[in-house]
Amino acid sequence: MEHIVIIGNGISGVTLARHIRKLSDKKITIVSAETDYFFSRTALMYVYMGHMKFEHTQPYENWFWEKNRINLKKGYVENIHTNSKTLQFADGDTLQYDKLVIATGSKPNKFGWPGQDLEGVMGMYHKQDLDNLEKHAPNKDVCKRAVIVGGGLIGIELAEMLNSRSIPVTFLVRESSFWNGVLPEGESAMINRHIKNHHIDLRLSTNLKEIKSDENGKVKSVIIEETGEELECNVVGLTAGVSPNIDFIKDSAIETGRGVKVNRFLETNIADVYAIGDCAEQHEAIGNRRPIEAVWYTGRMMGETLAQTICGNRIEYKPGHWFNSAKFMDIEYQTYGWVFAKSRENEAHFHWKHQDDTKCITVAYHKDSNEFLGINTFGIRMRHEIFDKWLTEKRDVDYVMNHLSDANFDPEFYSKFENDILSAYNNQLQTA
Amino acid sequence: MSNKLNHSMSLAKPDALNITTKQKIALILGVVGLFILALALFNTNFPNKGLFLTLSLGLIVLGTIVYSREAYLTKLEGIKNDGQWFKSISSRGIWGWILGVILTGFYIVLYFYPKYLGLGQGADGANTGLISLFDPLSQLLSGRNASQWFVYGTLYTIAILAFGYKFILKYRHNRYQQIRTVSVMFFQLGFAFLIPEFMYVMNNDLPYYDLKSIWPLNYYIFDEWSVNGFLSNGNIGLALILFGIISIFVITPILTYKFGKRWYCSWVCGCGGLAETAGDSFRHLSSKKMYAWKLERWLIHLVLVFSVVMTTAMVYTYLGYDKNDFWLTRSVFISLVIGFLTIIFVGVMYFKRQELGKDAKYGAIGFFSVIALLLIMHFTGTTDNVFYVKASSLRSAYGIYIGSIFSGVIGTGFYPILGSRSWCRFGCPMAAILGFQQRLFSKFRITTNGGQCISCGNCSNSCEMGIDVRHYAQKGENIVRSSCVGCGICSAVCPRGVLKLENDSMKGRINPTEVLLGNDVDLMELVNQK
Ligand SMILES: Cc1cc2nc3c(=O)[nH]c(=O)nc-3n(C[C@H](O)[C@H](O)[C@H](O)COP(=O)(O)OP(=O)(O)OC[C@H]3O[C@@H](n4cnc5c(N)ncnc54)[C@H](O)[C@@H]3O)c2cc1C
Ligand code: SF4
Ligand code: SF4
Repeated sequence: MEHIVIIGNGISGVTLARHIRKLSDKKITIVSAETDYFFSRTALMYVYMGHMKFEHTQPYENWFWEKNRINLKKGYVENIHTNSKTLQFADGDTLQYDKLVIATGSKPNKFGWPGQDLEGVMGMYHKQDLDNLEKHAPNKDVCKRAVIVGGGLIGIELAEMLNSRSIPVTFLVRESSFWNGVLPEGESAMINRHIKNHHIDLRLSTNLKEIKSDENGKVKSVIIEETGEELECNVVGLTAGVSPNIDFIKDSAIETGRGVKVNRFLETNIADVYAIGDCAEQHEAIGNRRPIEAVWYTGRMMGETLAQTICGNRIEYKPGHWFNSAKFMDIEYQTYGWVFAKSRENEAHFHWKHQDDTKCITVAYHKDSNEFLGINTFGIRMRHEIFDKWLTEKRDVDYVMNHLSDANFDPEFYSKFENDILSAYNNQLQTA
Repeated sequence: MSNKLNHSMSLAKPDALNITTKQKIALILGVVGLFILALALFNTNFPNKGLFLTLSLGLIVLGTIVYSREAYLTKLEGIKNDGQWFKSISSRGIWGWILGVILTGFYIVLYFYPKYLGLGQGADGANTGLISLFDPLSQLLSGRNASQWFVYGTLYTIAILAFGYKFILKYRHNRYQQIRTVSVMFFQLGFAFLIPEFMYVMNNDLPYYDLKSIWPLNYYIFDEWSVNGFLSNGNIGLALILFGIISIFVITPILTYKFGKRWYCSWVCGCGGLAETAGDSFRHLSSKKMYAWKLERWLIHLVLVFSVVMTTAMVYTYLGYDKNDFWLTRSVFISLVIGFLTIIFVGVMYFKRQELGKDAKYGAIGFFSVIALLLIMHFTGTTDNVFYVKASSLRSAYGIYIGSIFSGVIGTGFYPILGSRSWCRFGCPMAAILGFQQRLFSKFRITTNGGQCISCGNCSNSCEMGIDVRHYAQKGENIVRSSCVGCGICSAVCPRGVLKLENDSMKGRINPTEVLLGNDVDLMELVNQK
């Protein structure tokens, strides 16, 4: 029986294993150094905030794996010998495979800041990071202040986490406005205000220079690049993005760039070795996507796709329309299609914001053809299915604006804003 | 693993650590209010009972109000579940167990030893103790002294109102939650508490009737004394009992078809009302494990069978043989029941067999055993004695084990241990009927928003009915489950806007998928067509 070995028990590896099991009887082993069972990384924050316990982040009960004949092996893979098709574990163990899938995810970026390896400095990616945070920031007495470096999605989650335990947070963001490499100006500005409303000390256009240590090798303070100001703190969270977790592969014959290089079939340069999820890097970006897509949904889609290939139906990874979502403290965000921070050539944005400053949308469309290109929505839930359909049908922006209520996904009895939005849209057209 | 559970088991690190001074004062107010009740319980004879009762209930309500305002209005609108698995009281810690023991104890005394509450312990059968403290209020409303049920009803209503207020503040960004909560508060105060008292004032022969409490939840409505009570009261009584019948056979199916069982369980019902308000802090404690679901399906359907058989037997025994007394004789009745069950059974098997899948077999076994039981009872029933004893002992067993122990002692007393809706989930026969219909003939579903789920588990965690919502959502599949009471909390807590409760057409309501929206359209077609 063919033995499929998957390194990494995250969403991509687990989705792959589930689908292979549905399609075939192959022997499947999932290897991970992090936890015994698959858990949802996206839910780590809720464990620290006390909304859930760690076990609730596990999407499948423990019996699931045995019932579906998916072997789980805990261990850290140190080397891959592609000639002999063998994995070498840190504890000396080895494992033979017929086909190997690398799904090792990401690790937090560290940019060589002085003091970045001190005690109390941590990323927020792995379960171990969560345990570490629990140790260094159990409450506001032990952790008098935390400094977060890097204004992305994980940074704001970490800020919300610490805030839930009343730990004062200083949030250093390199950009002039929160996540404005992705979000258009109006939205980014609204999130800035929302962060401050939560009493978080948000410092825009601010870089970290150095992390200082106390006599025991623990964090004592950070120094700010621009002002030289020293901020006392007990915890430093490094959340300046992630990069593929593939250092252990660098010595093998498998081609790597920033990530494990793959073609559209998710195959690496070595036969029978594949890569999916956060750690895979496309030779060429697909459409507007990035070569490395480090999000939950794409990991899942790659898993769904590769299962077909491994089970004999070789197909390309061909993702549909882009979508994503996140939550900024209390404000939910969804996006469908492409809305860029700055509209590209021939593109225009329509922006609407509610006066309560917690809801807004931005619609991107083509200036000449009026084709609807994408929408960002804050504080209003929208239907994935409808936008996917409109994007496929290449609807024009007027159509979309006039039918926005079809796409509303807010709970029943919520106030509706479609009329407001539409009249703002019509006004803008008249003045433009 | 998280070490949190250990924290909450310790008394030395009480939750009070994290609350504000204002909240501490509010807690003290509430505790003083409860203390007055405790004093009354231990037979302190208050001079001016009306005053002390007002003071006690007033302090409890005031404490809850001040506490919740401080907890929620000082923060921005949003999900407020911080620390729910840390706090001892809401994570089966020591305070949770203490509360559970107190509540359970209260229910046992209430149902089985009301004399310890002071029922009729004074001179000439007057009340003493806790019950006597409530005499003034009862006198005011209906001109009679309080009973243990009046005390219970008052406290129950106060709990729904005060904690309902808290719940409304907690979800002040969510209109669905607010309106639904106002609705349960209204039905509890009006229909369960005030109207029956006023009905008594108007006509004191009528049996207590909470109009919104429908058979089989209201298992005594078709008891002989109850039916006689109604029938001996002319048109109004007749109208009431007809309403009871119409409620279950006409109103219920129509509303459930249109809105799902939530119209009752989360908008009207008193058990549900208490669970949603006072029980809100415990909703996440319900087990989401597969074995709990299996147990649930056995238990709740057994209780349903029990209640149908019991009610049929009850009614049967007091009906006559002879057409001259009343057109509804024993044989007519038993044929009606069998005919009705058969129509439902055949209809479901014909139209919905596919959807039931494996469950169809269990359904068939259940159906035939009920019919067999009814027939055996009918034919052995000719020996009146045997049957008479049987029906009444069935009825009293039901009253004790299901009506009191299951729904009260376990259902409510165990809130801090089993979660807020263990009665609704494992025991309520009304929920079984509504759920059966919701699963098969209803426009209601929870729509999953394409491929947006990140499997975080917030939805499953907060489902009081123990539904593993994530199991469906992460497959892009709508949630159509008989047990879902449509509370909408899963939708509220979902950080990615994945879930929406809605009523839409029946077509495409159940949509199992393997590959989610967002991936290659050809792949979706290939995999999902099967
Ligand atoms: C806090 C946080 C919040 C997030 N929120 C969102 C969100 O809201 N939406 C979204 O789309 N995305 C979100 N993401 C990103 C998303 O979680 C990732 O894209 C996704 O988990 C990647 O899945 P994966 O299967 O590729 O890898 P991972 O989940 O990283 O799994 C890889 C596994 O492989 C193991 N491993 C690595 N190397 C080895 C080795 N040598 N030997 C053995 N085991 C190894 C790792 O320990 C890990 O367990 C979030 C990420 C974080 C950290
Ligand atoms: S599935 Fe959702 S709406 Fe239904 S009972 Fe559970 S939490 Fe409530
Ligand atoms: S809460 Fe939402 S995102 Fe999280 S598992 Fe449930 S449906 Fe998915």
